[in-house]
Amino acid sequence: MDYLNYLRKDKMPHIWCDGCGHGIVLKSILRTVDKLGWDKNEIALISGIGCSSRTPGYVDFNTLHTTHGRALSFATGIKISKPKMHTIVVSGDGDATAIGGNHFIHAARRNMDINLIIFNNNIYGMTGGQCSPTTPTGKFASTSQFGNPDSPFDISRLAEAAGASFVARSTAYHFAKTDKYIEMAFRKKGFCVVEVLSPCPTAYGRRNKSTGKVGHEMLKDQKENSVPIERARKMKPEELKDKYITGVFIDRDVPDYFEHYNEVKKRAKLK
Amino acid sequence: MEKKADIAMNLEWCKSCEICVKFCPQKVYEMGKFYPKIIAPEACTGCKICENLCPDFVITITPLKEKKKLETA
Amino acid sequence: MSQPNPKIKMMQGNVACAEGAIAAGCRFFAGYPITPSSEIAETMSLKLPALDGNFIQMEDEIGAMGAVIGSSLVGVKSLTATSGPGFSLKQENIGFAAIAEIPVVIINVQRGGPSTGLPTKPAQGDVMQSRWGTHGDHPAIVLCPSSVEECYFMTIRAFNLSEEYRTPVIVLSDEIIGHLTEKITIPHHSDIDIINRLKPQSDPENYLPYENTETYIPAMANFGEGYRYHVTGLVHDETGFPTNDSKKIEEQLTRLYNKIEKNHDKIIDVSEYFCDDMDTLIIAYGAVARSAKQSMLKARQEGHKVGLLKLNTIWPFPEKQIVKLCQNIKRIIVPEMNFGQLAHEIEWATRRAIPIIKYNKINGEPITPLDIYNILINRK
Ligand SMILES: Cc1ncc(C[n+]2csc(CCOP(=O)(O)OP(=O)(O)O)c2C)c(N)n1
Ligand code: SF4
Ligand code: SF4
Ligand code: SF4
Repeated sequence: MDYLNYLRKDKMPHIWCDGCGHGIVLKSILRTVDKLGWDKNEIALISGIGCSSRTPGYVDFNTLHTTHGRALSFATGIKISKPKMHTIVVSGDGDATAIGGNHFIHAARRNMDINLIIFNNNIYGMTGGQCSPTTPTGKFASTSQFGNPDSPFDISRLAEAAGASFVARSTAYHFAKTDKYIEMAFRKKGFCVVEVLSPCPTAYGRRNKSTGKVGHEMLKDQKENSVPIERARKMKPEELKDKYITGVFIDRDVPDYFEHYNEVKKRAKLK
Repeated sequence: MEKKADIAMNLEWCKSCEICVKFCPQKVYEMGKFYPKIIAPEACTGCKICENLCPDFVITITPLKEKKKLETA
Repeated sequence: MSQPNPKIKMMQGNVACAEGAIAAGCRFFAGYPITPSSEIAETMSLKLPALDGNFIQMEDEIGAMGAVIGSSLVGVKSLTATSGPGFSLKQENIGFAAIAEIPVVIINVQRGGPSTGLPTKPAQGDVMQSRWGTHGDHPAIVLCPSSVEECYFMTIRAFNLSEEYRTPVIVLSDEIIGHLTEKITIPHHSDIDIINRLKPQSDPENYLPYENTETYIPAMANFGEGYRYHVTGLVHDETGFPTNDSKKIEEQLTRLYNKIEKNHDKIIDVSEYFCDDMDTLIIAYGAVARSAKQSMLKARQEGHKVGLLKLNTIWPFPEKQIVKLCQNIKRIIVPEMNFGQLAHEIEWATRRAIPIIKYNKINGEPITPLDIYNILINRK
């Protein structure tokens, strides 16, 4: 495939730092769009605010860069009023689960037919490395210089518990898995979440050397410390410390929002 | 060895992160002063690991089989 | 063929807002329940599904505001409604709609404040918030109904203005008007003027979503119509992409300002009663304008030379319309259910050349005709 068919070439090179994982994740999205042969006019790519949320500016779709944390609500309006639009939201871990946490769990609860790709770098990249809801306890950030006192969210399990029809986690290093999960998500109805662990060398790696300082070291860390979910299920919590559990968390066939709302419309018309 | 793939690089977008250098299983690249250099093009198997992992859309790998298909299509 | 007949009905103000929205072509509502606005959401949830429209109760007002912007961007006229705390929550995304120039209508049925305030009692405390609630310089259009019929027609006008000027428009109602039930004459739909957003004439390659045109209002393509463009809350140039170029920033923000500023005469709407021959002018809006009219009529019967200027739009501020009436008058009375938010503006517009008597009630009780009559008679 030729990525140039999907990029706004005059906006390149993108703003992401050297070794940032976000570009790798974006490529997975574009490969999947290409594979499915979607019409660019029928794709809306929506984001909030953050490094990851700069994605829409670079791609030749209908692109919407909204307010911090709110992308899913804008996407909800788009999808409901134009159901044939393929509606993809990209979001950072902070964007999706801190300021946007409420929209996230409710989009999942409604099983709104939206694909959410979360670029999880365990940190607030754009604002210079403050801790996020997925920064592990004890790790360092510019607002946790003595180690983060908070407990992190497990985004995929959160999405699963909140009602999403499909949830999977991959890493930037495991691009083939990422492609596969994004394709599964794109083909499925309802709220589908693909969480991709994306290295942020600038704001996370430099401070938390255990995962590697620069991009290629962080990718190597992902390669060496990822555990497929099937295997993780048989492991003890101690063994899973500092491991990245990847795989499909849930893939279920449940009615999405539109199935329910179309019933509402039918009943309203009978009145 | 017979060449299996073409490697094209748009170095204007390269940020010198070295990911391609570190992850090519065939050691096709080496880091130059600023940018990666292709030092062993004939070793390339066309696996596209470097293309897929380059965050900056610099590398395009065209396996020669694919290229032939494109040309005859 | 006989002329289609108007319908006469008894209706509640909030319901009239919802009916007006539907008459204007609104087919999407997103909201979050809050007194005293909830009847708007309830009515929309009842009516929209049968019209193939969509109603969604969002998780909060922030989400509701985002959803209506998204829906409008794909070409469906969209409404949200709220009160007090909910209006505060919407502010960030109202700013987004302003800078991204997405038409949407927001109804704020004012309750007493601040904070949770007085959920079931009226106030006019959001006059300034409706103008300056979101951060940064931005345009604002705010309409103030004072009857059920105005709830209906002003909501239609709010949609028309939002479409014409590509901007969020606020209908600033209040608890009294929202919960008032009175007679309303609803015209046949063929008698209602509807304005729709200007569609681009150019092909997608040459489309500039934020073009600096002579009218200051660029044509708007809906997402999904082949014009793949970028929409952002960052300051952008005419292409829609973010810019840091000071010339471009100035050009775009000035255009945003001018598109309302240069059209004041078309946007501002006031009603004058007995203003040709008066020494006292009452300026009022919303529910208070009803009481003002009653007290004025009584005072007139008794021979007092009183006039009323009812503000149907409060923003843009009707400076010219007020100054024009100030030639031969002795005093201005400004009754408001706040500490004088609009009175300050009137003082500024008249350069304090005429004494202004403020009458302010903030105890959750309505301003009655007698309240204003007493001022007319007793305060010189
Ligand atoms: C309402 C609001 N609060 C705060 C900010 C500042 N802000 C911008 S991006 C960001 C965090 C981004 O982190 P994340 O979502 O994890 O994305 P990343 O940059 O790491 O990709 C914050 C706090 C904002 N833009 N808006
Ligand atoms: S700060 Fe981190 S997330 Fe942001 S571009 Fe740089 S590496 Fe990527
Ligand atoms: S991976 Fe891409 S950006 Fe990084 S050094 Fe190689 S070519 Fe340059
Ligand atoms: S395609 Fe594979 S073998 Fe060829 S240069 Fe890239 S990583 Fe190395």
